Amino acid sequence: MIAWITLLLVALMLGAAVLVLLFENLIAAIAASSVVSLLLSLLYVLLAAPDVALTEAAVGAGLSGAVLALGLRRLGLIDLGTKEDRRA
Amino acid sequence: MHKLASLLFAVGLAALLMALAAHLPLGATPMAIGQASLDRGPGEIASANIVTSVVLAYRGIDTMCELAILFAAASIAGMVLSPTTRSGNHAETKPRAPAGLVLRAGSDLLFPLLLTVGFYIVAHGHLTPGGGFQGGVVLAAAFFVSFLARADRLPKPAALILMEGLAGAAFIGIGLAAMLDGGPFLRLLLDKGVLGQLVSAGSLPLLYLAVGLKVGAELADLLAHLAE
Repeated sequence: MIAWITLLLVALMLGAAVLVLLFENLIAAIAASSVVSLLLSLLYVLLAAPDVALTEAAVGAGLSGAVLALGLRRLGLIDLGTKEDRRA
Repeated sequence: MHKLASLLFAVGLAALLMALAAHLPLGATPMAIGQASLDRGPGEIASANIVTSVVLAYRGIDTMCELAILFAAASIAGMVLSPTTRSGNHAETKPRAPAGLVLRAGSDLLFPLLLTVGFYIVAHGHLTPGGGFQGGVVLAAAFFVSFLARADRLPKPAALILMEGLAGAAFIGIGLAAMLDGGPFLRLLLDKGVLGQLVSAGSLPLLYLAVGLKVGAELADLLAHLAE
């Protein structure tokens, strides 16, 4: 049973990791990379390492997504949407 | 010629690494220290979370250096990102669009919840998985969520820096207090208490509180710098 759950998690992680490369929309790519971290934290729970899982969920899935998104905004690769931006 | 030299170097390095790897006891886990910590931790430290007894008690100086590394990284990021170093394109940055209803209502709902969860994780670091680092990240996320909804809602940078400094000084102060008590740096202080109680494991909860506040203030400051 655990083996099947692990296999499913790993398959989903690989899928999300490939999606990071394939997405045109950079925000969607960041979200997909957060999904990789979230599933990885579940794997850590299965490995009986809840401390590491908590760190991975907080830093990998939460904070690094925010940092990446803010970095994209600083580089001007995304606009967080004033109305003039959307029309342009 | 260059390529030949690189190839020779790579082959030599590979041979060296393989020679080293041949001497490693692969497959046999050298668990001497780990087993000793598992056996002696609960009795010596009285921390129900064995990871905390290693991170703060047996390897307290490592954690202090980790805090120093985090501090250096955060201050360098702040220095690179601070608006004064950018070459005067300040006027071009557009004002932020006001946040929508969902974001504002969601942040009002999430902010107290995240604060509670963050302080819970910090305060129970010696009992349950988690601790200062994880709880601190959650605290920073709480302030960041409220900042996303309303830009004026971030705590003042001066307050964050003050809190970070005080928390770092508290960590070192607890370590020095152990020396005043006649023991080595960062030795366990106070009464150990009963394993599994909220007030137990001596000074470890205080150390984790200092770590949590420091990490939270640092990351909130970093996110605020990035979001400017």
